[in-house]
Amino acid sequence: MANYSVLLVAALIVVSVPVLTLFIITPLVRASRANKVKLEPYECGIAPTSSAFDHRFSVRYFLIAVLFIVFDVETVFLFPWAIRFKQLGWFGAVEMAAFLAILLIGYFYAWKRKVLSWV
Amino acid sequence: MNKALLTYLVWPLVKFLIAFIIVQLIVVAMTWIERRLLGFIQARLGPNRVGPWGLLQGIADPVKLLLKEDILPTSAEKIAYFLGPMLPLIPAFVVFALIPYGPPPAFTVTRVNVGLLLILAITSTAVYGIILGGWASNNKYSLMGGLRSAAQMVSYEVPFGLSIVGVLMITGSLDLVQIVRYQETNAWNFLPQLVACFIFFVSMNAENNRTPFDLPEAESELVAGFHTEYSGMKFAFFMLAEYSMMIVNSCLIVTLFFGGWTFGMFGVGLTTSVLRGMGFFGGILGAAIFFAKVMVFMLVYVWFRATFPRFRFDQLMDLGWKWMIPLALGNIFVTGLFILAGQERLMYWIGLALLGATVFYLGRKPAPRKGIHASRVSEA
Repeated sequence: MANYSVLLVAALIVVSVPVLTLFIITPLVRASRANKVKLEPYECGIAPTSSAFDHRFSVRYFLIAVLFIVFDVETVFLFPWAIRFKQLGWFGAVEMAAFLAILLIGYFYAWKRKVLSWV
Repeated sequence: MNKALLTYLVWPLVKFLIAFIIVQLIVVAMTWIERRLLGFIQARLGPNRVGPWGLLQGIADPVKLLLKEDILPTSAEKIAYFLGPMLPLIPAFVVFALIPYGPPPAFTVTRVNVGLLLILAITSTAVYGIILGGWASNNKYSLMGGLRSAAQMVSYEVPFGLSIVGVLMITGSLDLVQIVRYQETNAWNFLPQLVACFIFFVSMNAENNRTPFDLPEAESELVAGFHTEYSGMKFAFFMLAEYSMMIVNSCLIVTLFFGGWTFGMFGVGLTTSVLRGMGFFGGILGAAIFFAKVMVFMLVYVWFRATFPRFRFDQLMDLGWKWMIPLALGNIFVTGLFILAGQERLMYWIGLALLGATVFYLGRKPAPRKGIHASRVSEA
């Protein structure tokens, strides 16, 4: 565990960089001449008629996120297997082929249902 | 002082700070090199006013950004708006503690036996800052940019991870030092894993939102994407995080596929034992080789930006999900077959043949274009 301790301290040092700059250094030196029009959301000079928080977006972003979780967990699952691949031999290969086959059924189902094509 | 404290905390921290400063210098240099190189490629001069050849541009830019007005839009979500630029910085900087820059133990900050997994875990959190910043600005362009960026980074995370699996199967370790040590006694991994190297390279361009995959900030459609509402130092932090991530990914591709700090294959050339034999100078030489390789990939990023047109969003998603993922899985399958058949050396020859075929294909004389394009050119 001792090898990891430096990461925590490094993270603290790294966090201090933006915090110091944004909250201590920039307020002292930056220009500040705000007005109402300048602080509006930028929409090419026209006053925005609706809030972006109410804006709807495509459901495909959600589907991609769900598919990503499946495939990323799969990737993490492949990592320890890949390290021991030479020791596991044919047994490991067949085992992983069965796992991937089940996953690929879902992948091709998603493909056929046009989840992957973005139109 | 306590000896354990010294070996596990103080020395690694000193090394981390040195690496951090070197990386920041590369970022500053890259802002100048990139615009200068783009200028030369497009037959113009690029920034050449500040200092000799414009060399001080890298200092002038941060000063300008520091003095710029910091705009906080009235309708923005305040806390998330501040967190947006800060979050991607942390993973982009912390990762530099895990990369081996030269022969261990002197030139590694800290050595963790699951280093590669930890790097992937840390870097994948960078997407939070971008989607948070895009959402919190309460601007439709930012929202679209943030969503696109999230979808893109998430999609290419999968082939990015899968392409590494092939390397792990050959080297049998997640320790980056072990992976480099394996490559110096055998061939560099880009030979047996040429397809994986290609997938990794494409995905790393997509992960960093670099051209041709810079859709989140497609200026012709989305103004500036997720950082439309950001100005001054907050904007600078987004850019800093992006350039740091570019360096991280260049470091990763060098370590995984191009032999890290070594310059030799099959135990011949500047291997770790040769570098160690040279003492401290050898270590410096190893780190210099490492950073030289990293700089090559940084320049390739710029070259790509000058050369390729931008993808359309559906093309980007198609490439990621329908081409890269099956290709990466196929690469794992083929690698597995070769290892089980005990024919690992055969993969070097296949890689070499693939490389030769690609160079031949790209280097051949292009056939004269016919049809619409050629007639349009002659009209002009």
